[in-house]
Amino acid sequence: MSLMSWGMYPKIKSTIFKFDKKKTLRKIINEHDELIPYGNGRSYGDSALSSNIINTRPKDHFIDFNEATGLLHVQTGVLLSEILESFVPRGWFLKVTPGTKLITVGGAIASDVHGKNHHIEGCFSECIKEFKIMLADGEVATCSKEVTPELFKATCGGQGLTGIILDAKIYLKKINSQYIDETTIKTKNLKETFEAFEEYQDKPYSVAWIDCLAKGDKIGKCLLMVGDFIDDGRLDYKVKKQKSIPFNFPLFTLNNWSMRVFNWLYYGKVKQRVSKKIVDIDTFFYPLDAIGRWNRIYGKNGFTQYQFILPKESSYEGLEEILTTISKSGKGSFLAVLKLYGKANGNYLSFPMEGYSLALDFKIEKSLFKLLDELDKIIVKYKGRIYLAKDVRVSKKVFEKGYPQIEIFRQYRKENKMKGKFESLQSKRVGI
Amino acid sequence: MSYILIIGAKSDIAKATAKKYASHGHDLYLAARNSDELKEFADNIMVRMQRTVKLVELDILDYKSHQSFYDNLEEKPLGAISAIGYLGDQKKAQIDFTEAQQTMNTNYTGIVSLFNIIANNFEHRGSGFMVGISSVAGDRGRKSNYIYGSAKAAFTVYLSGLRNRLYDAQVHVMTVKPGFVATKMTENMNLPEKLTAQPEEVAKDIYNAQQKSKNVLYTKWVWRWLMLIIRNIPEFQFKKMSI
Repeated sequence: MSLMSWGMYPKIKSTIFKFDKKKTLRKIINEHDELIPYGNGRSYGDSALSSNIINTRPKDHFIDFNEATGLLHVQTGVLLSEILESFVPRGWFLKVTPGTKLITVGGAIASDVHGKNHHIEGCFSECIKEFKIMLADGEVATCSKEVTPELFKATCGGQGLTGIILDAKIYLKKINSQYIDETTIKTKNLKETFEAFEEYQDKPYSVAWIDCLAKGDKIGKCLLMVGDFIDDGRLDYKVKKQKSIPFNFPLFTLNNWSMRVFNWLYYGKVKQRVSKKIVDIDTFFYPLDAIGRWNRIYGKNGFTQYQFILPKESSYEGLEEILTTISKSGKGSFLAVLKLYGKANGNYLSFPMEGYSLALDFKIEKSLFKLLDELDKIIVKYKGRIYLAKDVRVSKKVFEKGYPQIEIFRQYRKENKMKGKFESLQSKRVGI
Repeated sequence: MSYILIIGAKSDIAKATAKKYASHGHDLYLAARNSDELKEFADNIMVRMQRTVKLVELDILDYKSHQSFYDNLEEKPLGAISAIGYLGDQKKAQIDFTEAQQTMNTNYTGIVSLFNIIANNFEHRGSGFMVGISSVAGDRGRKSNYIYGSAKAAFTVYLSGLRNRLYDAQVHVMTVKPGFVATKMTENMNLPEKLTAQPEEVAKDIYNAQQKSKNVLYTKWVWRWLMLIIRNIPEFQFKKMSI
C-alpha cells in the first residue's frame, strides 16, 4: 500500500500492519524488521515512513480519568482532538499542545511535541506520568522519567525508534473557559520582534507570524500573538464544520507573487501596533486545522516544512542571515512561524532548546534543495538544529552537529536491539 | 429511560452504533457472549462520554435463557438494536447441516426468540423502538451465500411483520440492510471501495434513520438502487449469472 506523511513527499510503498491484541503486535515485531509506528500521518517528512509500518491509529480507547488529579489514561492512537472534544466541556485542556490537534498521543510522545507555551511548560514529555511500550524483544515495559529514565529520554522525541507505545497516562490542566484573551503586536523589523518577545515573555502562550518575503530594513517584521485563557466559565466547546481543500492545487498557484500578496494582506489586516480580541481554542491554537487537507495547496509534488532552532545568543544574527538568504532566493512560504523557546530538556533527540525557532513551508521543487542546503550551513554555523518531525532531507552531518546526544541514543538503540528492528527512511538517512 | 440495548455488541457495526447512541446521551446495555471481552470498549465510552455502560451476558442460541436475560435488565431499554450476524461458510453449509443450522439459528431463530420477548414488553408499554440489522443478501438468493441470505430474508420478513403489528402500539421497527461493510466479518474479502461503507457510516445512517422513524434503510444508500436492479433481473437470466 502507498502511504504518505503530511508533506505528501516522498510517496513510497509499504506493508501496513494493524494489531488488536498485544500478542499480534509481538508476532509482527518478532517476524519483521525495519518497522516504524504510524499514527495519524501528520508528521511532515519521512520520520514515520518505512517499508514496514505499524498503524497505531486504530488503538483509540480512553481507559481512565481521575477527576481529582486530571490524570488521563489513553491508548496510543487517540487524537488530541478527541481528548479536547471530551474534556474541554468538562473544564480540562492539554498541558502542552502543538499547532495541530490532529495527531495521536503516541505521535506527540515520539516527537516530544511542544506548543505556544514551551517557554513556560516545556515539551509534551513534561505532562507524561508514564507510558507502556513494546520493545524490540516483544516485551512490554512501563516507562516513566523516574523509574526508567534512559528509556524515557530515548522514547520522548525518539521518533518511534525505540518501540511501539501502547498507552500513556498524561496530566491535563484545568481551565475555566474555552476562550483566550489574545493580544497581537505588530512589529516593523527583527529587532522589534525580538524586543516584543522579551516584553511579553510572562504570557503563557506566544507565537509570531513572520513575513519571509520582506526585504531590507523590514526583514523580520511580524505579528506576535500572545494570550492566556480567560475565566468566564464558558466551556461550550463544539467541533466546527471543517472546510476542506478538495484537490491538489495546480503547481503554478503558489508563486512568489501570490505569496507576496497573501503576506501583505495578512500583515496589512492589523492596523494598530497592539490590538486585543477574545478568540476560542480552535482559532487560537489550531488555525490550520479549520481547513482540511490544506497540504494540497502546495500541489501534487508535496511540500516540506523547514523548522530549525538557534541558541538564544546567536539567534538574532543567525535569523537575520537566514531571512536575508530566503528573501534573496524569492522562494516564499505561506507560513513562517517564529517562537522564543524555554530551556531544553534532557531527552536525547528532543528539538527545543533556549532560543528562537523558525518554521517555513516550501513546496517541493528541484531548486529548493540547494537553498535548504545553504540554510543548513548557516544553522550549523550558529550551532542550531533541525526538527526531525518536519524533516525529509537533512544530511547526516548537519543532523549530528545539531544533536550532541546522538551517540548516547545510537548506543542505547544498539544495546537494546532496536537498531534494524525499528527504522524509518529518516533514521536510515541520518544514521540514527 | 435512556438505555439502548445492543444485541451482538461485539461486531464492528454494533460497536460503532453503540458509540453513536452514547454520543447522543444514551446509556448502554451491551449484550454478547463473553461480554467481559467488551470491558475495554465499555470503559472507553464511559471515560470519553460519561455514559453508563453495562455488559450483559447473552447467548443468542440459548433460547431458554432469553426471558431471564431480559427480565434481569433492571431498567428496561428505550430501544433495542440487533447487530447479530453470522456469515458462515456457504460451501461447508452445503455439505454439513450443522453449519447451515448454525447460520440459520444465529441469523434468524435466535433473534426471533429474543425480539419476541422485547416486542411484547414494548407493546405493553406502548413505547420504544426496535432495529434489526438484516442484509442485502436477503433480497435475492445467490449461490455464493444463499444459506446466510435465506436466514436474513426470513429476518427481513419477520421485521416487516413486526413493524405492522407494533404500529398501533407506537413502537417503531426499522429494518437495516447494509451492503458491503469493512468489518472483521469481511476482512478477508476483496470489496469494491465505492460500495463499501465504514462501520461509522453505517452507525450514523442507523441513528439518523431511526430518529426519523424510517422503515427500511439501505446503507450505503446506493444499495437501494443496486438491489432494485438485482431483484428485477428475470430468473431465467439470473440463474445463469455469477454475482
